[in-house]
Amino acid sequence: MTASDRLDATFLALADPTRRAILARLALGEASVSELAEPFEMSQPAISKHLKVLERAGLVSVSQEAQRRPRRLEGKPLGEANAWLEQYREAWEANFQRLDRLLEALQRKPAARTRRRKRSRR
Amino acid sequence: MPMTLEKAQVTLPSDREVQVARSFKAPRTLVYRAFTEPKLVRQWLLGPPGWTMPVCEMDVRVGGAYRWRWRSNEDGTEFGFNGVFREVEPGKRLVHTESYDPGTTGQGMGDGEATITVTFTEDGGVTTVTSLMDFGSKESRDAAVATGMTDGMEQSYQLLERVLAQQPAS
Repeated sequence: MTASDRLDATFLALADPTRRAILARLALGEASVSELAEPFEMSQPAISKHLKVLERAGLVSVSQEAQRRPRRLEGKPLGEANAWLEQYREAWEANFQRLDRLLEALQRKPAARTRRRKRSRR
Repeated sequence: MPMTLEKAQVTLPSDREVQVARSFKAPRTLVYRAFTEPKLVRQWLLGPPGWTMPVCEMDVRVGGAYRWRWRSNEDGTEFGFNGVFREVEPGKRLVHTESYDPGTTGQGMGDGEATITVTFTEDGGVTTVTSLMDFGSKESRDAAVATGMTDGMEQSYQLLERVLAQQPAS
């Protein structure tokens, strides 16, 4: 999988409230499928389906050691998604900070601007 | 409840939507101008460093079209957005469609047209701008998000922060 495919898989996995809740639960520690199904009004097969999506995205792994095969959270893809999101957050913030400065400049010299506004005034 | 958002806030109101909100220390009418007058828009709506906005045409009235295009100073790559204004309430609210123009990138971003609703509310000289982006379907939204044309999913992001904070270093 390319980095971009991995992000797609991560975001697809995160785009569902049940799956986000499963991740939040696993952040507290590993849990079996039945333990994960407990807080939801959902069957174990339905939860298993969600877990498969999370596993495909590499967000959750299955421990083979114990018979109950507990699921655990994998941090690396989340870290990649986090870094990626931060990049775009910063892009928005950069725009908005430029707008902050522009608005400040516009308010400092209102006289210079009003002359040019006449035509578009309603 | 009056609130001031000093940093861009991103939320997911529904499966097909992304919302970005931010407050500015300026009156509503002025912030509205900064969003609707091309000579002002092109001074701030630039994206990553190294990009300029050579095309910024906006006919801000119901049925009027707009066209935005950005260019990379580094390699001349271009892409943009265009659409039509559906609702125009000066100083208060704008509704416009938005289609992705792949320009010279050769990269699609999911088909379909998004509908963007921008609202301006003022409280004590601070104006909060809220952009609600409706991509029409969950698939289109996820495609747009995954391609990075939005700032991402703040709810997931907050979850990630919590999750990462609890992760042992690996």
